[in-house]
Amino acid sequence: MRPDRAGRRRAVAGYTAAILLASVMLIPFLWMLSTALMDEFEVFQYPPPLLPADPQWANFPNALTQLPFARFFLNSGILAVCMVLGQTLTGALGGYAFARFRFAGRGAVFAAYLGALMVPAIVLLIPRFLLIDALGGVDTIAGLVSTELVSVWGVFLLRQFFLSLPRETEDAARVDGASEWTIFWRIALPLARPALATVALFSFIDAWKSFLWPLVVTQSLEMRTVEVGIASFHGLYYANWPYQMAAAVTALIPVLVAFLASQRFFTRGIQLTGIR
Amino acid sequence: MASVRLERIAKRFDAGGTPAVDGVSLEIADGEFTVIVGPSGCGKTTVLRMIAGLEGPTAGRIFIDGTDVTDLPPRERDIAMVFQNYALYPHLSVRENIGFGLRMRRVDPVDIARRVDRIAESLEIGVLLDRRPAQLSGGQRQRVALARAIVREPAVFLFDEPLSNLDAQVRAQTRGELVRLHRRLGTTMIYVTHDQVEAMTMAQRVAVMHKGRVEQFAPPLDVYRAPSTLFVASFLGSPTINRFAGRVLPDGTSQRFDGGVRLRVEAPLAEVATLAVRPEHLNLVAPTEGSAGEVTLVEPLGPETILHVRLTGGEQATLRLGAGTTPAVGDTVGVSVRATEALVYDARGRLMGRGVA
Ligand SMILES: Nc1ncnc2c1ncn2[C@@H]1O[C@H](COP(=O)(O)OP(=O)(O)OP(=O)(O)O)[C@@H](O)[C@H]1O
Ligand SMILES: [Mg+2]
Repeated sequence: MRPDRAGRRRAVAGYTAAILLASVMLIPFLWMLSTALMDEFEVFQYPPPLLPADPQWANFPNALTQLPFARFFLNSGILAVCMVLGQTLTGALGGYAFARFRFAGRGAVFAAYLGALMVPAIVLLIPRFLLIDALGGVDTIAGLVSTELVSVWGVFLLRQFFLSLPRETEDAARVDGASEWTIFWRIALPLARPALATVALFSFIDAWKSFLWPLVVTQSLEMRTVEVGIASFHGLYYANWPYQMAAAVTALIPVLVAFLASQRFFTRGIQLTGIR
Repeated sequence: MASVRLERIAKRFDAGGTPAVDGVSLEIADGEFTVIVGPSGCGKTTVLRMIAGLEGPTAGRIFIDGTDVTDLPPRERDIAMVFQNYALYPHLSVRENIGFGLRMRRVDPVDIARRVDRIAESLEIGVLLDRRPAQLSGGQRQRVALARAIVREPAVFLFDEPLSNLDAQVRAQTRGELVRLHRRLGTTMIYVTHDQVEAMTMAQRVAVMHKGRVEQFAPPLDVYRAPSTLFVASFLGSPTINRFAGRVLPDGTSQRFDGGVRLRVEAPLAEVATLAVRPEHLNLVAPTEGSAGEVTLVEPLGPETILHVRLTGGEQATLRLGAGTTPAVGDTVGVSVRATEALVYDARGRLMGRGVA
């Protein structure tokens, strides 16, 4: 067999697999979109229709005004910005310290960090709530945000990344007269851009889709986040599926934008670190 | 401009382990070009990094220009260093790479631009100033690294095998350029290499290191002619120096060494001794006049020929012969030692005497 034909056959197989996988990912989204455009009763027909008979574009404005979604988006946005900035900054500082500085107990502290990765978030829910409550932070932005500013995973990923950078670049800067802070800001951090983008993207997605913590720590309607808002279509309005899906589709847009914007960095970050 | 003095500096990376550097003392004069040479892992880089302040010695003091800098960070030492892999800043342009050190020292930006341009011009990398390091060839990167060091006009230059990643031709050319640069600037330079050609051709004085210690510190030809230890004798010179085991007895006349080598030596009595003779100090003679042996390999190099001979006792001898007729493989030949050039080492490998005519 000629090698180019073997190559083509392999490419065809590869693309087929990729297309199948992509469809598996895409179908729920398309279904969600389709449901968002159905009318309230069409959803419950049997067998369920694939496409709405008469697309209800009004579902979008109706769903988004039924509850104060503008406010929810603002809250989610604040949470997301704080988490992205907080987690990349603390991740970079912590990761750099673990990768580059020798200090007493470094191994033990790092092991404790790794241990914390094993603790399921749900176990921490109540202690976190009690802590924030004791500090008077329930139902405030500060309360919502403050326990989310550090990501153990982010520290870990950035540590691995800094370890993979050659120390000599930093040594050259040291000889060139740079202080340790300058080396961190001007040399190490710019070189870590792909890893920082990866951490930032994951923080953003984490923030945007977080549900349980905002549900617990916020109480008044105007402190709710988008996810919590979407969920409240259940029960309140006897499960209005099209409204819920319309809100969910809208909520997806920032995630898509964030992913597309950082895709280049982000795939490189995965290649570079080989984790997650 | 500055002298550099190392006072018994040592470095142990892990407590209890073998030291990477074990009591090195060197006095390097202002403006001197010193080469530190030695096999891989002998501690050359570690010594250089301690002079730079990138590594703290576990013992000993370091003086630059008479000032004790042992506890000073690199930026307060007025040194510049060229790293083996150049360690350029990948995210900065060549211009920013070269100017980085000046910026750190808060030099006026106009002044920085002028100095960067001038250095780039003199190293012929002017057209590369707006490129990133990734867009440069190995030789160009090396020049940028050099420019980054020179532009700061430091008191001492440190080089860690700066030529080892270059191909042979560029390396030979850059060797010459570095020597000219040294002559022009007159700045103290400490240059680490494991390449004996670089050590011999560039240095005013060579420090030969072995297992964390300096075995000899002297001008290159002195080191070559009178290596103070057997290690130094074997490390420098290609082909490797010939060694014949034996002892030094009191009879004062002729001493016998392995391979049937006989000569008079001037050395203290020793039960165990080694005679070391450079390949160019072995003469080809009639089999009856010297140690007899059989030619096992002939390597004609053009201007000279390397002859490998197996002596009757099984010892190998290597001879460097001038151009002319040479024996063929399988021939029986005689080998004699040019006595005054023969070196005698004691059981611990220290030079203790020489042959006499
Ligand atoms: N950071 C470090 N941690 C632990 N050991 C080290 C460290 N740096 C160097 N060593 C050890 O110290 C010894 C000397 O190393 P050094 O790098 O100075 O050798 P070198 O003479 O420069 O060798 P080469 O010619 O291979 O560059 C080696 O045994 C090395 O393994
Ligand atoms: Mg080295």
